[in-house]
Amino acid sequence: MAYVLKDNHPDLPPPRSEVGVVGWLRRNLFSTWYNSLFTLVTLYLLYRAIPPFIDWALIQAHFSGTSRASCTGGGACWVFIGDRLPQFFYGFYPAAEQWRVNIGFAVIVPLLAYLHLPRAPGKLWVGVFTLFVYPILAFFLFSGGLFGLTYVPTTQWGGLMLTLILAFAGIVAALPLGVLLALGRRSKLPILRSVSVVFIEVWRGVPLITVLFMSSVLLPLFMPAHVEVDKLLRALIAIALFQSAYIAEVVRGGLQAIPKGQFEAADALGLSYPKSMALIVMPQALKIVIPGIIVTFIELFKDTSLVVIIGLMDLLGITQAALNDPKWLGFAIEGYLFAGLIYWIFCFGLSRYGLFLENRFHTGHRR
Amino acid sequence: MSNHQASATPWWLNQRIRGWIAQLLVIAFVAGFFTFVAYNTQVNMQARGISNSLSFFGQEAGFSVIQSLIPYSSSSTYGRVFLVGLLNTLFVSVIGIIFASLLGLVIGIARLSSNWLLARLAGAFIETFRNIPLLLQIFFFYFAVMQVLPTARQSFDLGGLFFFNNRGVYLPRPVPEPAFWAVVIAFVVAIGGVIWLRRWARRRQEETGQPFPVFWGGFGLIIGLPLIVFFLAGMPLGWSVPQLRGFNFQGGLVAIPEFTALLLALTIYTAASIAEIVRSGILSVSHGQTEAARSLGLPNQRVLQLVVLPQALRVIIPPVTSQYLNLTKNSSLATAIGYPDLVSVFAGTALNQTGQAVVIIGITMGVYLTISLSISLLMNVYNQRVRLVER
Repeated sequence: MAYVLKDNHPDLPPPRSEVGVVGWLRRNLFSTWYNSLFTLVTLYLLYRAIPPFIDWALIQAHFSGTSRASCTGGGACWVFIGDRLPQFFYGFYPAAEQWRVNIGFAVIVPLLAYLHLPRAPGKLWVGVFTLFVYPILAFFLFSGGLFGLTYVPTTQWGGLMLTLILAFAGIVAALPLGVLLALGRRSKLPILRSVSVVFIEVWRGVPLITVLFMSSVLLPLFMPAHVEVDKLLRALIAIALFQSAYIAEVVRGGLQAIPKGQFEAADALGLSYPKSMALIVMPQALKIVIPGIIVTFIELFKDTSLVVIIGLMDLLGITQAALNDPKWLGFAIEGYLFAGLIYWIFCFGLSRYGLFLENRFHTGHRR
Repeated sequence: MSNHQASATPWWLNQRIRGWIAQLLVIAFVAGFFTFVAYNTQVNMQARGISNSLSFFGQEAGFSVIQSLIPYSSSSTYGRVFLVGLLNTLFVSVIGIIFASLLGLVIGIARLSSNWLLARLAGAFIETFRNIPLLLQIFFFYFAVMQVLPTARQSFDLGGLFFFNNRGVYLPRPVPEPAFWAVVIAFVVAIGGVIWLRRWARRRQEETGQPFPVFWGGFGLIIGLPLIVFFLAGMPLGWSVPQLRGFNFQGGLVAIPEFTALLLALTIYTAASIAEIVRSGILSVSHGQTEAARSLGLPNQRVLQLVVLPQALRVIIPPVTSQYLNLTKNSSLATAIGYPDLVSVFAGTALNQTGQAVVIIGITMGVYLTISLSISLLMNVYNQRVRLVER
């Protein structure tokens, strides 16, 4: 007689404590005694922080009205933001002329969107237009003085508009310069190499503030007495020089990652140095460093806020100005929350976009 | 390419000659640029009556500074102003680096925690503070937090020892008595003892195979020895606790609002970046390494100490160092809220008073450049030592 099971026993369901909500809770929140402790403490802290915040920001808050008299209770006063909204976006750009800024941004958005289509005809030319022709057209559109457009000096540009202009123009100027510097640093020519190294190390070694100070205090001294350099242009020069050094290091990383065989293959085909760089090496190097360039761009976007210190009214500068308005004193938290949210949306969006690009250009170079 | 062919190519296609032409052009451009700038600067400075000398360093500055680590009064010289600013920059940077490392380490580990809530919270912290400009955070802590704290009379009170009000943060200050030097000596002796213990433990392990718990031994020595001496010497340490006298606090240690706001913002902003670096460093050590170490029979602590940490640190330390460097450079944002750092008092107030733009900006940039280059130099040495040696 043998007690042998002839057919398979059906699989038993997992214990009830391991599946469903209970199982999830046990695995993720209460797996050990100290995890349970962490969970309880965290929950308590969240309970102390989140409901009061929602109460302040939404439930007790005031949304409609035109003056601070509308803000009576203890909640947030979003009326202040609403009242100041045009300034947050356009700075002191005259209200009657703000359509020009709107047109400028209405043009750039579809252009950028077109560039992100995976396959589109004439992408190269659209790209060249966006990077090199559009900024010039936009400058004349915004500043006017031509074709019957009212002249708006750059001192009146401000708010988010100025932040975006600084960031976009900064990257457009810094990218080609950075690529050249990276090539210079990797060059076999000793003088070219040392000039690039000194340039890169000097700009990377000092804080952006001192570069901005230099551009605002020293640039007028460096120029012949009759040359007047616009304040915005000075800031742009500082940002572009500073950022190109960072871009150069990012691109150098990409160049170093290209296998030697690629350079040799280009030489074997008899390509000249510019051609082998432009057709073989750079496309691969730039593809590898896309995440790095995006990170640099995010840093640039955040760093544009430093122009406040030399007196330009970008988004943060306008926020500071709004908070010092005697009519609206005491709403610092609302102001900073709003400005911070705008910066956050742009930076977070960019970082997600960087991830997306990384996946799209992923052609098996990562192992 | 043979010699025959090389001579057949026209000279303007010769690589070497092209290289030299390119380099000569670069030299000409750089030299021309600097001549242009130097000439203009000289003309402009003469026109504005600015002399280009360092003599202003000996002149009386005539303004006061709200925080200085060395004696300073408004009759001190500009040279003294420079030193005060430099020390303040280094002070806030060093404290910021310590706090940011600790906070970053905790948050980086929390993000890897198996506790879902904790990991999510750490992720939210990182994404929030990394994506908002540092200057905005400094302004927030200064104008929206420090300045809305209550007045000195109604300050937040933490156990009667710590006080928070709109004039700053007040903490108890240790006051060493004369006999305290004995404790300091004991501490120095303990450090020497730990170094000796390490050597001895290593030698013993090499000879007999017996490991010695160096960490706990050293820990006990460094904490224990000074503590024993401290009690033997009759506890020669008093505390100066801040006390409200009239309208303000007396005694204790005070962190002025400018310092507190700057330190908070620098710490939080940098900690968010360090947390990500720590996380990627820990993740970079492949699980196979841990398994291999376990299968050799190493206990958990030794796995961490001998296998995981050395490999993770190789990934973590270079980017963390550049974060330290960034923090030091970012401390220059102090000028926006008036904390008297180098940029604020020297490249700000001193420059406005003397008009010596070229010299002052040059010196300021030189100081930061020196700090940066020395740190990169140290980092390169470190990298050479720990990098993977392949074929």
